Amino acid sequence: MPYRFGHMLAIEPLSAEEISFLLDQSKPFQEIQQHPLKKLATLRGKTVALAFFEPSTRTRVSFATAAARLGADQMNLQAESSSLKKGESLLDTVRTLDAMKPDCIVMRHSSSGAPDFVARNLLLPVINAGDGTHEHPTQALLDALTIRDRRGTLGGLNVTILGDILHSRVARSNVHLLSKFGSHITLCGPAMWLPRELECLVPAGASIRRVARIEDALEGADVVLTLRVQQERLHEPALAIDEYILQFQLTPERLRIAKPDALVLHPGPMIRGLEIDPAVADGPQSCVLEQVTNGLAVRMALLFLMIGADTSSERDSSHAAD
Amino acid sequence: MLLIKNGRVLDPASGTAAPRDVLLDGDRIAGVAPPGQLASRAQGAEILDAKDLIVAPGFIDLHCHLREPGGESSETIETGTRAAVRGGFTAVCPMPNTRPVNDNASVTRSILERAAAVSPVRVWPIGAASIGSKGEALSEIAAMKQAGIVAVSDDGRPIATAKLLRQVMEYCRALDLPVIDHCEDSSLFAGAVMREGKQSVRLGLSGMPAATESLAVARDVQVGELTSCRLHIAHLSARASLELVRAAKAKGLPVTCEVTPHHFTLTDEDVQYDTRYKMNPPLASREDRDALVAGLADGTVDAIATDHAPHEAALKDVEFDRAPFGVTGFETAIGLALELVHAGKISPMRMVELFTSGPARVLGMQRRVAENEPADLTIFSTDHKWTFHAAESASKSKNSPFDGREFRGAPVATIVAGRIAHQR
Repeated sequence: MPYRFGHMLAIEPLSAEEISFLLDQSKPFQEIQQHPLKKLATLRGKTVALAFFEPSTRTRVSFATAAARLGADQMNLQAESSSLKKGESLLDTVRTLDAMKPDCIVMRHSSSGAPDFVARNLLLPVINAGDGTHEHPTQALLDALTIRDRRGTLGGLNVTILGDILHSRVARSNVHLLSKFGSHITLCGPAMWLPRELECLVPAGASIRRVARIEDALEGADVVLTLRVQQERLHEPALAIDEYILQFQLTPERLRIAKPDALVLHPGPMIRGLEIDPAVADGPQSCVLEQVTNGLAVRMALLFLMIGADTSSERDSSHAAD
Repeated sequence: MLLIKNGRVLDPASGTAAPRDVLLDGDRIAGVAPPGQLASRAQGAEILDAKDLIVAPGFIDLHCHLREPGGESSETIETGTRAAVRGGFTAVCPMPNTRPVNDNASVTRSILERAAAVSPVRVWPIGAASIGSKGEALSEIAAMKQAGIVAVSDDGRPIATAKLLRQVMEYCRALDLPVIDHCEDSSLFAGAVMREGKQSVRLGLSGMPAATESLAVARDVQVGELTSCRLHIAHLSARASLELVRAAKAKGLPVTCEVTPHHFTLTDEDVQYDTRYKMNPPLASREDRDALVAGLADGTVDAIATDHAPHEAALKDVEFDRAPFGVTGFETAIGLALELVHAGKISPMRMVELFTSGPARVLGMQRRVAENEPADLTIFSTDHKWTFHAAESASKSKNSPFDGREFRGAPVATIVAGRIAHQR
């Protein structure tokens, strides 16, 4: 069943079927990454605007590479060079970009809901490349692709997410995505970043729990997703880095509590020796680099589905229609 | 003379709920009597037919922002009071957080002079408690009282410290002025843009817990007890705060509170990155909202106040966390209160009380439909269907979450000092 994606603002409103479709569509693009010649002409003549209002390296490069490999042109706007510093509003900035007639806008912004706000105000398809502490949908999609490739399914898995869950857009998108497939979510991290309300992120009846001790959280895990410790968050509330390491660092000893073939995922950038022990980061269970490659495939598939040949003329504000 | 005939008078002060004609002479009420009985005295009077309408004392809004001086791109005294009169208000109390702050008699006088020139309704300014509302030194409260303020507040922010609050309250008690506080514990508030709860976690927006407000209410009630000054809690939004007010009242303390229409109508679940739903205090949880409605019904809440807070589009058309707090409210207040009436939550009489004798009592005044009283009346329908369109609002700003909402019942005529200031 084909789906069209008008915007990609969040995982929350998507159905499991839509997500599976997107992951299926990513498969051919995964193969392309292995070819000596990787460039396609699929989006030739199309333009992807990359508007990163918050510093980003890997996600920006990933989207830029995905667009390039599809043959699309790019417009680049980065916070450092943008007129926002001169006091221009977000709306005026994106309207200016829009006037240069891109076919879609990929945006990252430090304010939760900023892509949603832009989508309400422009006719242009918007892809959320991470908004504040809300969602990072393409990260969850590439994580899902990685897990599905290795496990053959997204259902019934025990997935443990470690870190500052409350402030993590990666955690939010992953919780939404994996719970839609019936995986069991375990959240673990410092108590103030683990409020009870997180349990409400998943649909009624879905399996989600909060666990204080990392040893308990890792018991029986099929997938361990380690979040980056955002050091800029550690001051609020004040938490000593050593305290974090002591209680929540993913070490080889702790990883042994999980299933022997448990996958270790990390969205990057990874801080070795903080949230993750280097031996785990480089170990056989680590999928970190595979995630990066899959990021290209997922983003190529998404760009193709959103602005590829036959859908570009009918812009649809709904996230999907069959 | 103006004869209002065939209407149904609802007057909480006297308990009157009956068909009555009301005769106005000059700026006073000349008579209130059963239908037809005033005919001989009303020879030559202008007639206003209030058939099927409620005739109530003039509605008072204890809490609004007219933005003048300093914020004229969002609202002026002229546009704000025009919106107020369309909303059925006969008197409004603008908060002092203008630029400059209304913290001295010359600002108070300039507001009143401007109001006298352009406002169709009475303007009763509220003076700042501290200079610049900075929470450091007492403002010129006595001079402002002489100039015409009806209360003091540092609204927009809480009165900064318990010590300053105590000084302000000691001082205001002697001056017989109520102290209105915007209750908020700033350390819990820091950086938050909505109520903390499921929805803030879902949206990834920084939330403040309900205790941000109730902690400050607890402080205020206890400092108030030290001083015996009248204390009024602005825009109360949490059940815990309401319980503190209820307990204070049970103890006989002179504590009152107001609730806004948006807080008794909407909840935090309505927040979806739309800045028209961003105000401070933020929309409450469903449980708290239901408690507010119960408080409106059982008498714990003294007044409905709009906290009309206009912001021009350029300020609100931004990312949710960057937008200023505040929503407009004059023109939707009666419609929203009538929703509670239609839902059977409060009686029509109680609704009128919350807009008239309730807020009047907070200010140490009275509001009655009786001979020799000021001829301020609000006449409204309870069934007429209409739709609020923010674009058609008289306010200079359109930041209302109720744009496009359908209402049953509306203000039909607003009478101020014996003159029909607005008629629908």
